[in-house]
Formats: sequence, C-alpha cells, structure tokens
Amino acid sequence: MSAAAIPQAASLSPAAASRSKATRSFAASDIFFRRLTQSAAIVVLLLLGGVIASLIEGSVPALREFGFGFLTTEIWNPVTEKYGAAAAIYGTIITSAIAMVIAVPVGLGVAIFLTELCPARLRRPIGTAIELLAGIPSIIYGIWGLFIFAPFLQQYVQPALIALFGKVPFLSAVFAGPPYGIGVLTASLILAIMVLPFITSISRDVFETVPPMLKESAYGLGCTTWEVVSNIVIPFTRVGVIGGMMLGLGRALGETMAVTFVIGNAHKISASLIAPGTTISATIANEFTEAVGDLYTSSLIALGLILFVITFVVLAFARLMLMRLERKAGR
Amino acid sequence: MSFYPARRRRNSLWMSLSTAAAALGLGWLLLILGVLVWKGLGGLSFAAFTQMTPPPGSDGGLLNAIVGSLMMTVIGVAIGAPLGMLAGTYLAEYGRYSGLAFIVRFINDILLSAPSIVIGLFIYQVVVAPMGHFSGIAGAIALAVLVIPVVLRTTEDMLNLVPNTLREAGSALGMPRSLVIQKIGYRAARTGLLTGVLLAIARVSGETAPLLFTALNNQFWSVNLNAPMSSLPAVIFQFALSPYKEWQQLAWTGALIITLAVLALSVTARMLASRGTVK
Repeated sequence: MSAAAIPQAASLSPAAASRSKATRSFAASDIFFRRLTQSAAIVVLLLLGGVIASLIEGSVPALREFGFGFLTTEIWNPVTEKYGAAAAIYGTIITSAIAMVIAVPVGLGVAIFLTELCPARLRRPIGTAIELLAGIPSIIYGIWGLFIFAPFLQQYVQPALIALFGKVPFLSAVFAGPPYGIGVLTASLILAIMVLPFITSISRDVFETVPPMLKESAYGLGCTTWEVVSNIVIPFTRVGVIGGMMLGLGRALGETMAVTFVIGNAHKISASLIAPGTTISATIANEFTEAVGDLYTSSLIALGLILFVITFVVLAFARLMLMRLERKAGR
Repeated sequence: MSFYPARRRRNSLWMSLSTAAAALGLGWLLLILGVLVWKGLGGLSFAAFTQMTPPPGSDGGLLNAIVGSLMMTVIGVAIGAPLGMLAGTYLAEYGRYSGLAFIVRFINDILLSAPSIVIGLFIYQVVVAPMGHFSGIAGAIALAVLVIPVVLRTTEDMLNLVPNTLREAGSALGMPRSLVIQKIGYRAARTGLLTGVLLAIARVSGETAPLLFTALNNQFWSVNLNAPMSSLPAVIFQFALSPYKEWQQLAWTGALIITLAVLALSVTARMLASRGTVK
C-alpha cells in the first residue's frame, strides 16, 4: 500500500506530500508505542509466571525425595539430609496468627479514633505519620527487637509470665521453659508492631468510604459514636476491613527480616510460646547461602514455594474482598 | 429513656479503648524511632561515610555498603521504573477495560505485597545459578522486580487522574494516540509519575531479604557489578547478629541512615503528590 501511496503523494503539492508522510510516520510510531506498552504489561504476567515456574523447578528434587511427607515432617537435619517443612510452616502460621490477634483490634481502634474521634486538625498529621511508619524497612524493626525488645522481655516480662502461669494447667505449657528473650512470642509481638501501620491505614481508608449521609442519619436518630461505628461503619465496610486484614496477614506471613533476628531459628514445634522456633522466611534467610548440596538448596526453595502459595492465596482473597468494596462504593 | 446512661457508658468505654489503642500504637512506633535515633546518632560521624566496613574489633565506616546500596538501587530503578511506567500506561490508556488489563492489575497487586524473599529465590534461580556466582547485577535485578509493581500502580493511578477532556482536546487537534499520551498524559501527570519512582526507591532501599542471596555481601570496596556487592541492609544484618561492639554500633548507624533516607524520600514524594499538577 505504501508503495502505491508514494507516487500518488508525489503528484500532489509538496505540502500535502509531507503531510501524508507525517501521518504515516505517526501511524507507525503509534502502533509501535501501543505494542511497547502492551509488552511491558505482559512482562508483569511473565514475572509472576517466572516466579512460580522457577520455584517449582527448584523444588522438584526435594519434593521427589520426600513427597508429601515434606509438609508433615518436623525433622530438619542437614547432616543426615532429612528435611521437613512442618516446623517452619507451624512457626509461620503461629507467629502471624498471634500478630494478627494483637494488631487487628489495635489497628481498628486507631482507625476508629482517626475517623470519628480525632480533632480534624490532628487527623492529617497523625494519618500521615502512620503511613510513613508503614514504609520503614522491616530490618529496623528487627534490629530494635534484637537489641531492645528481646532483652526487655527476657528480663521482665517472660519471668513474670512463667511465674504467673506456672501453676495453671494449660497455660503452664504455653509459657514453659527458660526465658531466652528471643523466640516465637517475641517474633509475634514484633510482627504485630510491624503490621499495625498497614492495618490502620487500610482500615482508615476503608472507613472513609462510608457515605457521610449514612453516618449523619444515624447521628440524627440519636446514636452514640460507638453505635454509629458498630451499626453503620463496620457493617458497611466489613468486606473491605476483612480485605485489609488479609493484606496485613499477607505481609506478616512473608515478613523476613523483622522475624529472622528474634525467632531463634530452631527447627522444632514447641508447645511453649517463649521457646525459640523458626518461620519459612527466617529459615531461608538464615540458611540459604550456607546450604551445601542440591537437596538442601532444593528443600529451601521448596519452603519458598510453600510460602509463595500461602501468601498468594491470602493476597488474592484480600484483593477480591477490596474489589467488592470498591464496586460497592462506586469508585 | 432508662437505656440512655448505659448507652452513654458503653460509648465512652469503647471510645476510650479506641483512644488508648491510638496512643499505644503511635507511642510504640515513636518509641522505636526514638531508640533508633538515640542509638544510631552516636556513630553518625564523618568516618561512617568515608571509611570501609572494618574487620572485627576495629573502627570503620560504611562507605562500601552505602555505595553498593546506591549502585544497586539506581540500576534496579533504571530497569524497573521504565517497565512499570510503560505497563501502567497500557493499563490506564490503552486497555483500561480489557481482560488483559484486569488480569495484569490483579497480578500486579499480588506482586506488590508478595514476600520479597521469594523474589530473591527467583532471581537466584534465574540469574545467580546460571552465572555460577553471586553478583551486584543480580541484586539490582532483584530490586528491579520489586520496583515494577510500585511504579506500575502509581503510574496507572496518576494517568487516571488526567481529565479525559485534555486527551480529547489533543485528539481533536489531530494528534495520534501515542503523542496524546506522551505530550499530554505524561506531562499532566509528571509529578505523579515522579512520586511513584520516589516511592519505589524508598521501598527498595531498605530491602534486605532479596539481596541476601543475590548480591550477597562484600567486606571490601568493590564497584564490580559482576562480583558480590555490599549493601547497607545486608551489612546491618551481618553486623547486628555479630558479637562485636564496633559492628553492632555500625549496624545501628546504618539503620539510622536507611531510615532517614526512606523517610526523606517518602516525605518528598508526599509533598510532590499533594502539590500535584493534575487539576
């Protein structure tokens, strides 16, 4: 077509010729730019596919050797080359669960304070401060936990817990053992502090999607602030709040540095919360560079695959929840 | 009528709990920052920026770690930011409602909060293992993978804020679509795009987990991208867990430097975003 177009254009006036030339180069660069952006978008998909494929490929030797037993075996012994993920999976889930139990009520409390109680003048500065804190690298929380928080727990809190629950039948097992300072409880508390800013800022954003009209009508009927929050704000935003919590959970599950410092890296499932333990991410961070032998490396990559699958499910669920809220809010 | 005092009481109970939660949460986080400044400030000297990381038991600085961090961050952003921006452009301009855009948006949101240590494993598998050794370039690529989702997200959001009437005006003048995007969309969202890049830098400059087994660490001065490279977070990790006093002090100092840098970046990003050019 272009071959036919050129003599035709040449027979026109010079202005028209350069015009049609410009139009054609525009059209070409237009298609080029469109394809360029489209390929960049596809790269994102390939990245995720690459992550999954490489993790699966890397974990094949370990999974072939241990099969499904990998998930349920507690032993992790580089000397005899026997590996099982149970202790790390347990540690990951228990630390995240305790962290969420602490961080969710506090985070919701802060969010309620920010949206309903806080003087309007302080609202922005405090909200901004919380968002900035959410951006602090996790290694900072780790180093603080190692040098300040763990010794504090070891000296004051853990002996008190052991003494307090020593005679109580069930709880004596939960708080048994010498106070090391580092351990599952310490890691959970650090995680709670770390995810608090996330949960707070998402909950606040979500609470702000409630139409003011709804709240004002409730206040107009004579509701107290608590009644407005519990009967209007939370039911209206329930899906979003759950989504926000799942996002926080996703971060807690995958968090590495804050936990690695204080968990103690012990591959055993202990009933006691103050005993050292490990998580998937802490195991990988501590052992990967020192892993000798293909089976050891492959077992660590298999741990990474398990972690990725768990967080993928949690995060996908979180996004679906938040998307539902957005549709509801009509944004 | 008789319910009223009980309702009042319950209200003030819950509201004081909520205020207490806010005081506790904020107080705690400020405590951490306070300790960080108090511990880190002692080591924040000229030597920290001009000397190499020392062997155990002697004084030194963090120069090689700072330079390593800067190099890997710059290269990571240089690779990741353009990719993220182009992909964000596709989502906002070309495929806003297409199926591909929907999937990419979803996947990107997941990558945004995926565990960074898994990204480290991925880069180990595809870059470090085939090369046969740890290297600074592998660290930079790992950081690039973390940059992409942040930049993509902000680019899309910022381009979505550009009013459609501007685009229509451009098209009415006969501009092709690609020029409308480049000359009008990008220009109107300029500070927004910059904000995204700054946020991405803030995000990756404190990342430790993906560097541990891509760039590893290096105790000596090295700007060779093909060799293991030092970085501030990795040095903090190694030094904090060591038994030596001098190393622990340097770890605190490094932590303070990173935190100040990240806070400065996020504050700048926020100021740019709130000033904004999008009207």
